[in-house]
Amino acid sequence: MEQAVRLDQLSRRFGRFTAVDRMSFGVRQGEVVGFLGPNGAGKSTTMRMLAGFLTPTSGHAWIMGHDIEAQPLEARRAIGYLPEGAPLYGDMTPLALLRFVAAMRGMSSAQTRENIATAIERTDLAEVAYKPIETLSKGFKRRVGLAAAILHDPPVLILDEPTDGLDPNQKHEVRALIADMAADKAIIVSTHILEEVTAVCTRAIVIARGKLIADATPAQFQAFSEWHDAVALRLLPQQIETAIEALSDIPSIYEVKRMNHAADGHDLLVVPIQGERIASTVADRLLEAGVEIQDFRVETGRLDDVFRKLTTTQH
Amino acid sequence: MRARQTATVFARELASYFATPVAYVLIIIFLAASSAFTFYVGGFFQRGQADLASFFMFHPWLYLFLVPAVAMRLWAEERRSGTIELITTLPVGSFPLVLGKFLAAWAFCGIALLLTFPIWVTVNWLGSPDNGVIVMGYLGSWLVAGCFLALGSCMSAVTRNQVVAFVLGAALCFLFLMSGVDLVLAAFRSWAPGFLVDLVASFSLITHFTALSKGTLPLTTAIFILTLISTALFVNKLLVDLKKAG
Repeated sequence: MEQAVRLDQLSRRFGRFTAVDRMSFGVRQGEVVGFLGPNGAGKSTTMRMLAGFLTPTSGHAWIMGHDIEAQPLEARRAIGYLPEGAPLYGDMTPLALLRFVAAMRGMSSAQTRENIATAIERTDLAEVAYKPIETLSKGFKRRVGLAAAILHDPPVLILDEPTDGLDPNQKHEVRALIADMAADKAIIVSTHILEEVTAVCTRAIVIARGKLIADATPAQFQAFSEWHDAVALRLLPQQIETAIEALSDIPSIYEVKRMNHAADGHDLLVVPIQGERIASTVADRLLEAGVEIQDFRVETGRLDDVFRKLTTTQH
Repeated sequence: MRARQTATVFARELASYFATPVAYVLIIIFLAASSAFTFYVGGFFQRGQADLASFFMFHPWLYLFLVPAVAMRLWAEERRSGTIELITTLPVGSFPLVLGKFLAAWAFCGIALLLTFPIWVTVNWLGSPDNGVIVMGYLGSWLVAGCFLALGSCMSAVTRNQVVAFVLGAALCFLFLMSGVDLVLAAFRSWAPGFLVDLVASFSLITHFTALSKGTLPLTTAIFILTLISTALFVNKLLVDLKKAG
């Protein structure tokens, strides 16, 4: 199947600074790709090129088969784009703004009514539809931007930090909306919130200093973490030393760390040598030594840990 | 499709002028200043003639400050607020955006101009003026405003700062106004060949406006004004596109 979004060696320079350096990847319909990277890594620049706001310095990209430079209007027709910070005309109401976007996209009046009703319902904007945008809260503004992006039901969605600055409930709603639309669209979501990747993405692409440095599923990323398959334990305070003693000579264990009980609720973290599974060995050993296990958790791996490792190593 | 997009931008832009008090302030300044000049400086009553020459005479000079103020927000504001990213990623070329914005600003100036109708009523009440000349005067005034607007819109596209856009716009308009004044032409006459002096003089909006306010529309004036506006808008479009690539 043709990829909905394809980048081939896409680059962008600002003067002597290379913001995006030979970026190549593809996104199929049904995929939600998390675009991860530290601030200034080139996430927004890449998205702006795909959306047609910036012209690439070199390389190519195609949206639903349309070259973004040779057929810019066809490419833009296939995209719903939420710019970073969701800039909007403050003097307009959400309804007026959506009508403006619908007219610019050439929708008929019946289509406009229907699509606006759907977009307003999906982003839950009905209560503020007639209030000037400048008077709305950050969460509502972001949702107006989202409504404008999904108005024409595009096959490709490019969302630059859609949940930035929202409260936890609003974040949850936006993620639910993305998950809801995921089936028949190719979606690229940039974020620096790592939990978002596990919550909505089927794939994550990590970039740093303009280069693509990793492209994998969230589970693969977690496996990369030193926390992957580590065992966190809650024990009785008087048995902690006994437990450390009991675990001291298992070859597949890399180290036993003490943890801050107050912060995490666990006392010890047993870290395996990379790739080893230690859960049952640890359990057996502790029971043999007569240690009473209060809680036992196998860690899936921590993305922030992987993220830091990937983006801070020099290439 | 392009026509509809232009009309959509036009409607949004025109509505946004009236969403802020700035627009009303500009209209009031224009009305107050144009009347003050007509009566106190132009000597409307003392001239004892039933025409609006003393009214139109000062328009180019008023426009020098008011029109760049109307034009300054057109693109600078889009850039400052980031909404330029919203409109330029819609499936629309940059020309409908440039044209729609320009026409909205021009319509705004037209509204301000129409609101001076009491002076037309006054002169008709006091005497029997040649209303054809007055209509041409209004048309000429509006065309000069259009030229200034196109130049101002161009300057608005180079910056995100409205004050900078205003200063650049006013300076550019000033050049086009002054090129017909003897002071400037004298500086050229001393060394330049005759055709160059004529060329510089022909760039002067004052010269063209004077013809219009006498009730005539010479072909050269029509061509000059159309060329100036379309060239400025074309450069405006290039500037908008250039920012994407640069």
